[in-house]
Amino acid sequence: MSRGLQLALLLIVAAVLVLAPLGLQRYGIYILTLWLVTAVAALGVNLIVGYAGQETLAQAAFLGIGAYTTALLTQAGLPFGLAFLAAGAASFVVGLLIGFPALRVQKHYLAFVTLAFSVFVWLVIRNEEWLTGGVMGIRDIERPTIAGLKLRPAAFFYWFVLAISAVLTFVMWWLVRSPWGRAFTALRENPIRAESIGVDVRSYKLLAFAIGSAYGGFAGALYAPLVEFIDPAPFALGPSLLFLLMVVVGGSGSFLGPFIGAAVAVLLPEWLRFAESYYLLIYALLVIVMMAFCPTGIVGLAKRMLALRRRPAARASAGDTKPLALEEAKP
Amino acid sequence: MADFLQLVIAGLATGAIYALAAIGFTLLWQTSQTINFAQGEFVMLPAFFALVAMKMLDLPFSLAALVAIAVAMLVLGVIFKTVIVDPLIRQGVLPLVISTIAVGLLLKDGTKEFYSAEAQPFPTMLPDTLVDVLGVKISLAQLGVLGVALATILALQWFLAGTRTGRQMQATAQNPTVARILGVPVERMVLYTFLINAGLAAIASLLVSPIYLAKFSNGETLGLTAFVAAIVGGFNQVRGAIVGGLLVGVIDNLAAAYVSSSYRQALPLALLVLIILFRPQGLLGRREERAV
Repeated sequence: MSRGLQLALLLIVAAVLVLAPLGLQRYGIYILTLWLVTAVAALGVNLIVGYAGQETLAQAAFLGIGAYTTALLTQAGLPFGLAFLAAGAASFVVGLLIGFPALRVQKHYLAFVTLAFSVFVWLVIRNEEWLTGGVMGIRDIERPTIAGLKLRPAAFFYWFVLAISAVLTFVMWWLVRSPWGRAFTALRENPIRAESIGVDVRSYKLLAFAIGSAYGGFAGALYAPLVEFIDPAPFALGPSLLFLLMVVVGGSGSFLGPFIGAAVAVLLPEWLRFAESYYLLIYALLVIVMMAFCPTGIVGLAKRMLALRRRPAARASAGDTKPLALEEAKP
Repeated sequence: MADFLQLVIAGLATGAIYALAAIGFTLLWQTSQTINFAQGEFVMLPAFFALVAMKMLDLPFSLAALVAIAVAMLVLGVIFKTVIVDPLIRQGVLPLVISTIAVGLLLKDGTKEFYSAEAQPFPTMLPDTLVDVLGVKISLAQLGVLGVALATILALQWFLAGTRTGRQMQATAQNPTVARILGVPVERMVLYTFLINAGLAAIASLLVSPIYLAKFSNGETLGLTAFVAAIVGGFNQVRGAIVGGLLVGVIDNLAAAYVSSSYRQALPLALLVLIILFRPQGLLGRREERAV
């Protein structure tokens, strides 16, 4: 795709996103905002999984850290901006703390440590009633006010979240394109070779995990005022697993993947209303089928189909999109 | 002191169950590079097979238990291998890991939707009466659990070390390429590993369900405990998983009694971080070499 076409496409998408609330009901705007919040958290997971080649099973826990930090700080009278930054910073620091031991050892240990951490965070939120309200949660979380303008109406708050998401998306885009970000790809493709040419593998992975987790914290900071009431349920292990699954379904390691995965994760329960509680079963089956036939996710599938249409003669080479999983080097 | 011993024995009983789950997990990882994130659900599910056999087919518990083990070996062994693992391992490690997570979700929500969301009472093999052993009161049911679990582990150890097939399985786990050259039917050995894992999970399920009740969400804690037991013991060998399981069971019971029962489930995190910081290869593990 040429640069001009890409820019035009970006402008069209931006215009659609900005104008969308004008044609939507309150609930539609809510779903759209939820999609943005989910996508921000998924961007973080994508940095960890798609670029640094690690597995995190705790993104919902970081969302929880961000959401509770924001709720508690704003209710203590601090402005939203500060609470938002504190949410990201808290998740970043916690990410460093649990990532540091986990990344010292072999691959997959981060998955186990984040799994245990997920359970731990959920316990803290549920048990420390003096701080978090336990299962009763925290209610009446206020939406922020900018220059005297209250962002109470759904559309106003949507535009606010859209602006922040756009900034966070741009930062991530810049990050993965910078020399620093390119080192990630090197260490995903072959960690040992990356190490031998001078990439400090462990600190790169650690930073990737901490930044990815900070995105979870930022998403949590936006989630709390969106739903206005938080309790432990959305930050448990189950939702953390769903974050990982949605990024892989969208296409991990591709920049658009998290947005598409988040859309599927937010919209699927809406579309499958008729199937009620069976939607998780359908989703899980979908994931397995996807992984078996197209592990590069929906983005990979789309690319493959575009390539097929463009050059039917080169059909044979269509399947050679880079597999994103690392084959573990066998000793 | 008597209290303490009682807690230790109860801990050994649950620990032996964790060890069964951890051994299966380790064997699968070593032999087929399958990191089974659904292991907890594998331990949750067979109890429901037994419940179905008892309720629908009116079988007595002993027969239902055998049916549960057989069905588990078919579904969680053969079908899991041929339908999930075989097609996915070709796509790489991450897609397979993701798929086992999805399988876990599938089993968990499937049990909730098609059986029940409520915790189900589950029969014990031995009555829960207390017997007096040298002044320490021990529940007969716990002794039964300990006995069955240890017998299973011993039988497995004998099979792996004492029979030709068992040694071929070990060879496959350590180096499939060389094993194949030496004439070991690697494919069949991998299948056996899946069968053994399913069998161990089923026995663990039948033993643990009377203690925690049979519930669809049990897999979360059981799985996490099995992973931690395997990591604490050291991944390279079955002995590690046994020691890890027993240790986790005992510490878990003591911590719940003497420290805090509301943070009992936080124990895996603490153990994991400690072991990674001070002995990353596990208590009995060997350091693994890496190759480019």
